[in-house]
Order: sequence, then C-alpha cells, then structure tokens
Amino acid sequence: MTIQEIQNEIVDEFSMFDDWMQRYEYMIELGKSLPLIEDQYKTEDNIIKGCQSKVWVHAELVNDKLVFTADSDAIITKGIIAILVRAFSNQRPKDIMEANTDFIDEIGLKEHLSPTRANGLVSMIKQLKLYAVAYQTQLN
Amino acid sequence: MIDIKKIRADFPILQRKVNGYPLVYFDNAATSQTPRQVIDCIVDYYSNYNANIHRGVHTLSQEATDKYEQARQKIQSHFNAKRSHEIIFTSGTTHGINMVANGFSTLLKLGDELIVSALEHHSNIVPWQMLCERTGAKLKVIPMDEEGMLLMDAYEKLLSEKTKLVFCNHISNALGVVNPIEEIIEKAHKVGAAVLIDGAQACPHIKPDVQQLDVDFYVASAHKMCGPTGMGMLYGKEEWLKKLPPYQGGGEMIAEVTFEKTTYAELPHKFEAGTPNICGGIAFGAAIDYMNSVGFENILAYENELLAYGTDKLSQILGLKIYGNSSKKAAVISFNIEGIHPYDIGTIVDKLGIAVRTGHHCAQPIMDFFKIPGTVRASFAFYNTKEEIDALVDAVKKAKMMLS
Repeated sequence: MTIQEIQNEIVDEFSMFDDWMQRYEYMIELGKSLPLIEDQYKTEDNIIKGCQSKVWVHAELVNDKLVFTADSDAIITKGIIAILVRAFSNQRPKDIMEANTDFIDEIGLKEHLSPTRANGLVSMIKQLKLYAVAYQTQLN
Repeated sequence: MIDIKKIRADFPILQRKVNGYPLVYFDNAATSQTPRQVIDCIVDYYSNYNANIHRGVHTLSQEATDKYEQARQKIQSHFNAKRSHEIIFTSGTTHGINMVANGFSTLLKLGDELIVSALEHHSNIVPWQMLCERTGAKLKVIPMDEEGMLLMDAYEKLLSEKTKLVFCNHISNALGVVNPIEEIIEKAHKVGAAVLIDGAQACPHIKPDVQQLDVDFYVASAHKMCGPTGMGMLYGKEEWLKKLPPYQGGGEMIAEVTFEKTTYAELPHKFEAGTPNICGGIAFGAAIDYMNSVGFENILAYENELLAYGTDKLSQILGLKIYGNSSKKAAVISFNIEGIHPYDIGTIVDKLGIAVRTGHHCAQPIMDFFKIPGTVRASFAFYNTKEEIDALVDAVKKAKMMLS
C-alpha cells in the first residue's frame, strides 16, 4: 500500500469513533502493535527531543525501503508513534520525504493533543522525514 | 473562614469550560489565577494613567510614579521589610536570584563555598553554578531523605568559614515540603554566610516576615500570588544591597553619567535599570491587597483542609504513590501511579477539564533522587473546592483504567 492509502485507512478507522475517549483507547491499542526498537538502539542519539516522555526511533534501509522501529515510556505517546510508523514504515525514502501529513488533523490528533505533546508530534514527523532525507542521499 | 462562593466569583476564569467540562485548575504552583480586582487594576492603569515614571513632570507620570511607589510600600509592609528601598522590583523570582548571583561574582574568590539544598528548582541551581564557574567557588548540596526532608545534620557539617552563601527554597515546588529555613538561616549566620530564600512557592500560602527570619535576601513572583506574570520582588537587607554592584546598566539606575565615569543611583533604583513593568508593579500591589483581604490565616487553614482531603482521597487509589509526605507541607500533591507515565495521566485528566502539571517540575535532581521521569502534580489554591478534588480523583481513576 502507498503512504496515502495507509493514511486513508487510518482516517477511516478513526472516523468510527464518536468521542475522544474511544479514540484514545484505540490509539493505546495501536501502541501495542508498534514494531519495537531493539534495546541496542535505545540510545540518547535516538531520542526525539521535544516530547515530555521519551521516544526512541530507529531507521533501517531494507531493500530500498525504510523500516522504522520505535518505543516510548508513555502509552499515549507510544500510540502516536505507532500511527506514524504504520503510515511511513516500509516505504521508499523519497515517498516518505514527499508525503503530506494532513491525516494527523483528520484523525483529530493534533487538535486533541496538548500543545507540548503536539510539539512532540511535530518533532516525531520531522525526525522520520529527516531519516528519509538521510537515506535518500545515500541511495543517490 | 473562607466564603468560597464569594471568592470564586472574583475569578472570571473559573467560569470557563475546558474540553466541555468545567475547568478544574490545579496548576496553582505554576501560576495562580487572577481575581477581577487585579484585572480591574491593570485595565485602570492603561485606561487612565499609563505613563513613564520617575522623571516626568506631567500629571500622568506623577500619578503612575505615586502608584508604583505605593505598590513598593505595600510589598514592604507585606513582607515587613524595614525600609521600602530594600524592595527591588524584578521580573520574577528567577530574575531576583540572578541579580544576587551576579552581584556576588565580585565578592567571591577561589576556594569559597556555596551551599544549596537538594530540593531546588533549576532557577535556584543554575545561576549559582554559573557563579561558581565565574569565581572558582564550590557548590555543596544539603541532601534529603525519602520524604523530601532536608538532612540538617549533614547541613551543619557542610558549613564552615569558607561558606559565603546558602540558598534554599522556603517551600519546594516539586513536593510542597516546607523547609526549616529559620534553622538554615541561623546556622549560616553563625559562620558569617549570607542566605537567600526562594519564596516563590511559599508566598501564595503564607506571609513571610523578613525581619523576623533575619534573612539576607528573599525573592518571590507576583504571578503565583494572584498577580500578573513578568513581575516579582527581591528583598535584600540594605547593607547587602549597598555592597552588591548593579545588575544591569541603563536609565533609571544612574545618578550622573559622563563618558569618564558614571555614578549609580541610590537604592532601590540602582537595581532597576530601564523602564520597569510599571503596570505589573502596581498590579502586584493590588494582588497583595487582595490576598490580605482574604487573609493568609484563612488561606492556610482552608488549603490545609484541601490538602488533607486530597491526600486521603488520592491515597485510596490502588498503586498511587505520593512523593513528599512531610508533616509540614503546602497544598501540593505530587504523585505517580505504578506502571503509568505521569504524562499519560496528565493528558487524560486534561481531556476531562482538569489542569495538573506533569514532568520534572524544573527539579530534575529531585526526580533523579526518586528514580522517576517525573510526577503528576496537583497544587491547590484557596479558590479550589473539595468537589474539584473529587473530580480529579474520578479523572485519575478513569485514566488509570484506560492506561493500565
């Protein structure tokens, strides 16, 4: 599936819920399916700044596609990074670089998250895209 | 006695809803809410007599100057300082601490020692570390026990004739513990060291008497005492303030300027360079008037009731641990639930209209001591109610259910 198709799928899933509580519960559920980062990559370097909780992300190039693994010490944050990883993992770096992130608004995440967490979200997206840029340069 | 209905009617913000729920504001240790009396004072200033102070001959300038200086006197009388020029207007507690730290850089030498408590806010650690870097002085730390109480025996051992300055908060921002500052001050003075007390967290709850404390410097912020942000005060004993060099150069703080030499103004203006936060100073005075009209005895008694109630109710939640269980404590409950990140709890309770603080509360050394990433902190004010605490307890239970 393309990034756009996955994002549409996520938007569809979230549209089933009428209130924030169900949305958060689902997000927490999604957090449990996050492909976990290996302990050796849980380093200071891999921590995303700008989140009150700790978020680690690792990227690896597998057959020209970027595979993300991640983790967080907070459950809700883990849910958010799980959504992002689902949307961007296993895609070509170029596609990740060019992908838009409107779906975040559409699933009510940005609007429903506190300002500092929203900053964390922005930092997470930025970090995933930075990885894509770095690996794209490598491929060139 | 507190007439809670009447008091709540003074705070317009308490009427608003957050995420569809009535706001429950339990982040008072970060900033307090503002009563209409203070808001009216700010509106009055900008509507009727906004002008630059001290040098104007026109009526507005005179009126603004009078009100600003009256506010200084209100603060002097509130803290029972001997002289009004011992009160320096600052932008807040941090500013006051930096002023003193900067002043001491000319008074310290290699080998001198400073003592800090383990319970400090970063703003009462970092300026002193910077001072140590500049002067070669050494920073020593008074340790604390599991309940957040300072170990006074250890403090005594740290004191020596090398000690030049001791600084400590009156009440800890992260845990709410009241520190034995009388003893800290007395012992420091015995070795000839000066003491700075950070009163940011104490002044919303009690009325400190700087003469009775015999403290050398005392700092506070208006925005934690129902006043505006960006405003605070530094109290310093006259002899100390005369000894310290000015913090910033500029207008207001000079007596005479030539390109060869400038002489500084008398206290307090020596430390008040530039156009000050005039409206903020006047509103600070109005905030102090307001809090005194409620009465600090009433405030403390009522808040103690809230603290006891909240501690009891929250403790009943399985797996909830409260940090800082000193018997002398301000109305602050810092807690965690086993296995749940404080940030997750803060996020869920916010969805239910409840404002608490999560994180390290600018006191990372304390969090390191307890080996936790942070806490959830509910801090109460005299305009909060037991019903609001019930709402918090329900919200925390809900969060626990969702998150575990």
